[in-house]
Amino acid sequence: MIEKALIIFLAATLTNNFVLTYFLGLCPFVGVSERASSAIGMGFASTFVMTMTAIIAWIMDWLVLRPLHLEFLQTAVFILVIASLVQFVEMFIKKTSKELYKALGIYLPLITTNCIVLGLALIGSMKNYNLLENIMLGFGAGIGFTLALVLIAGIREELEFRNVPEPLKGAGITLIVVGLMALAFMGFSGMVTL
Amino acid sequence: MKKRSLFYEFKKGLVAENPVLIMLLGLCSTLAVSNKAINSLSMALAVFFVLFFSSLIIGLIKNIIPDQVRIPSFILVIATFVTLADLFMKAKFPAISKALGPYIPLIVVNCIILGRQEAFVSKNSLAASLMDAIGMSLGYLWVIVLLGMVRELLGFGTIFGVRVLGSWFKPWLVMVLPPGSFITLGIFVGVLNWLRSKGGKA
Repeated sequence: MIEKALIIFLAATLTNNFVLTYFLGLCPFVGVSERASSAIGMGFASTFVMTMTAIIAWIMDWLVLRPLHLEFLQTAVFILVIASLVQFVEMFIKKTSKELYKALGIYLPLITTNCIVLGLALIGSMKNYNLLENIMLGFGAGIGFTLALVLIAGIREELEFRNVPEPLKGAGITLIVVGLMALAFMGFSGMVTL
Repeated sequence: MKKRSLFYEFKKGLVAENPVLIMLLGLCSTLAVSNKAINSLSMALAVFFVLFFSSLIIGLIKNIIPDQVRIPSFILVIATFVTLADLFMKAKFPAISKALGPYIPLIVVNCIILGRQEAFVSKNSLAASLMDAIGMSLGYLWVIVLLGMVRELLGFGTIFGVRVLGSWFKPWLVMVLPPGSFITLGIFVGVLNWLRSKGGKA
């Protein structure tokens, strides 16, 4: 069982990287990924929220929705869980650590509408994972998101000094670079599968 | 804010303020489901349904929602219509629903929809909001369907499942995989920017 959980973690990070194979979490990708430092902040804030979401969404899904046969409420319940979780995390960090709040605070509201969080909850539920597996999926997806975000931020910092054709500047070249990165990540496929 | 015609509100979503190519919203679903033209079309229709009816309901009730709980209320309205669309597709088109997977429920967090409610519907009249919703949906539709057609043509040699390229054509597998999606959309963004700069309008 531990082994399966580890495989899920590896798969969510590398072979089935949520950004590069499921296209989740792209909005901050184009927006926040201009500086490596803010990419790291966003990545860790998201990883934290995603791991928490994996736990709470699993509890809601298996202990409330499924026993009561309310699966059709899943989407609405998950998004409410995420929105309140993010709000709660924000208040908690603000109270306990000023430093951490300064570092992560501005990214937190953005995370609610990041599709990677809801996508994670939905994918975990579709695959009928147990709690441990779901946590590994959330944590792995968060690490994978951070990895991709930091890599692309590094490339974009370099790109600023390169002679990119005018129409492709900004979004166009970013998408193409992400495509090439996705191609590189496909090299991991076959190692483990989700 | 100056008064603009309803036709303008409709037209701006098509090119000038295109939600995908110019504002870069809703990229997840655009990139994910556009491996075949038929999937793209189904996704675009689902987005149209959700955006239109969310704009209608939110346009009607926006004045009685307190400002502080605005966003959660918007999300709940959107989630309701997304659930309707999801269950409808599961019941009537199980094959397409399976192909689209989690991306139908993910319309809830599609930034196009919440973005329009926040940026447009909450500040404009109901008629203007509905025209805006139709324009934005069509803007989304043409981009995702065109993307789906290009990727399907190069990846399978077909369009809407009809074989276009003969048996001499060796499919470019990469086009139906994620990298092809990113690269094609990147080129689309570049081409549109190039056309706009050539046309001389901002």
